[in-house]
Amino acid sequence: MTEPKTLFDKVWGAHVVREEASAPTVLYVDLHLVHEVTSPQAFDGLRSRGLRVRRPDRTFATMDHSTPTLPRKLAVVDPQAQAQLAKLQANCAEFGICLYDLESADQGIVHVIGPELGLTQPGRTIVCGDSHTSTHGAFGALAFGIGTSEVEHVLAAQCLLQSKPKTLEVRVDGSLPPGVGAKDVILALIAKIGTGGATGHVIEYRGSAIEALDMEARMTICNMSIEAGARAGMIAPDEATFAWLDGRRFAPKGDAWRIAVDCWRTLRSDEGAKFDAAVTLDATALAPMITYGTNPAMAIPVTGRVPALDSMGNASDRAALAKALEYMGLVPGAAIAGQRIDVVFIGSCTNSRLGDLRAAAAMMRHRKVAAGVRVLVVPGSKAIKHQAEAEGLDVVFRDAGAEWREAGCSMCIAMNGDQLSPGQYAVSTSNRNFEGRQGRGGRTLLASPLTAAAAAVTGWVVDPRTLLARSGGSR
Amino acid sequence: MTIEARTPFTSLTSTYVLLPVDNVDTDQIIPARFLKVTDKHGLGASVFADWRLRADGTPDPDFPLNRPDAAGAEILVAGANFGCGSSREHAPWALVGWGLRAIVAPSFADIFKQNAMKNGLLPVAVDAVVHARVVAARRTDSRARLTVDLPAQTLSLDGKPIAQFGIDPFAKQCLVHGVDELGYLLDRVGDIDRYEASHA
Repeated sequence: MTEPKTLFDKVWGAHVVREEASAPTVLYVDLHLVHEVTSPQAFDGLRSRGLRVRRPDRTFATMDHSTPTLPRKLAVVDPQAQAQLAKLQANCAEFGICLYDLESADQGIVHVIGPELGLTQPGRTIVCGDSHTSTHGAFGALAFGIGTSEVEHVLAAQCLLQSKPKTLEVRVDGSLPPGVGAKDVILALIAKIGTGGATGHVIEYRGSAIEALDMEARMTICNMSIEAGARAGMIAPDEATFAWLDGRRFAPKGDAWRIAVDCWRTLRSDEGAKFDAAVTLDATALAPMITYGTNPAMAIPVTGRVPALDSMGNASDRAALAKALEYMGLVPGAAIAGQRIDVVFIGSCTNSRLGDLRAAAAMMRHRKVAAGVRVLVVPGSKAIKHQAEAEGLDVVFRDAGAEWREAGCSMCIAMNGDQLSPGQYAVSTSNRNFEGRQGRGGRTLLASPLTAAAAAVTGWVVDPRTLLARSGGSR
Repeated sequence: MTIEARTPFTSLTSTYVLLPVDNVDTDQIIPARFLKVTDKHGLGASVFADWRLRADGTPDPDFPLNRPDAAGAEILVAGANFGCGSSREHAPWALVGWGLRAIVAPSFADIFKQNAMKNGLLPVAVDAVVHARVVAARRTDSRARLTVDLPAQTLSLDGKPIAQFGIDPFAKQCLVHGVDELGYLLDRVGDIDRYEASHA
């Protein structure tokens, strides 16, 4: 009788190239995704050693971080960003790597297009020089972010030296209430376990609330695993996964598809499999969440209050809270609802997919963006942009007074000119509320697309459920 | 395949700088607007840019790295979960570019830790008691010195050993002997060939 295995154990075990007692495992990488910001130094490293890319057929590149989201022919990119994009183009040409550049119909945020093209598949190991690579775990892949040195390693060897991480079971049972979605689940989890709560671990999300989520919602959850410090996040593939992948460009076809699905069905944690740690969340008790501070664990229900300083158990937590609230310009103990806002950003690898845009559009349909508020809606990929336009979502956003942009990371990381001014408040569907993340001095409140859209039409932080009577959707 | 040697890391004695803030993310260590470079050099000038420099670009004299007694310090003592957030290797490039060679903190984020060690920047994790002692000593005397002895895995304060620290044995070997990880990996190309042949 073999030991029951976790989903992670199975995927890890299938990719071990070599194990040695005194060294990390040599782990095979099935898919390497590349973008302009974290790759140029890795390609330079290859050149200086006279190396080739071992498996260009397993390497795919796109442009997303420093790319303009205004109409491309008119956009003025700064010379440094332009040089970075040109360098990626040249590197991909030199090393024979498929690049979805700004002219490509398949361009988009790297973690949006991987699944969209069917490159992301259950059981694969997937890496990218980007911490939100955890997104791909939604398909039962083992997917994690790496640094540029490791990008060079994978380009050269298609392998990484990796110490085996521990496992953390996150069980979410029950039905999510109306108006509460995946973003609220993951923010609630991070608030519960902290930004370092899953350090050294791969999370497997399980339970009835997770199984009930569609693939886009699962991607939102896995995406922010890194915000709890996790090495990766995974969800066992099921019928929803297979249905989503079926027919996508790089998904297996015909007999190969049937064989693949049979294999993928075995990718679930065995009965009795042991995790190194476990956490539970009650889905029925969750509310729409929003952050008030400068890391993603500083999150509360939108109906809640900013913590009071004396609610913190020790001096160091008190000091951290005071520092965060000073930056955010928020009052300890005050209700978060009613906080005025300047900008709403709907986009990023966390929440820029069609379902996210539908949820936001449902809230904004027949409503107007509040006076003085700027709203950016940035689809995750060109394909999503076209689908949204085919449904008329762009018209809903534009009629409401929002800006409808080209695909890219945009204001999530503020490298491309889309950014906050000092002191501005933004409700953002992205993943990080760190100081200056969306522009120096900018103040970010992370929330779901529904909550962000509700803020857009009211001009302040508001419980989206109070506006749901005339609209639908929850995400 | 020849293994390209890197500068070995053995022992380091230096004055140190305090930044005992928890959850310092890599966006603080090097803000994203500085990531448009295509090489690794020169990022030291932008380390902690939004904390170290005022909006007009002049140094904030109150930021620890800007104080006169920080000059020449090669060790930073930080808070828990140092380096969380983005995987950008620009963070260790910037810290090393500033002149730092070791970070002492209660804990580190995973990706940052890996990135740091690949650039000769040693993450030294210590418990809360040792951390408090190191912080207190520096507050009393800005000339206090730490010694990080990697082969012995000891941390000393003004010459007196105060802690043993843990490190992955392979990473230690790479740092102490200047082993290049990619060279090591490429020496296993036969295993990689066999794996690919059996998984085609």
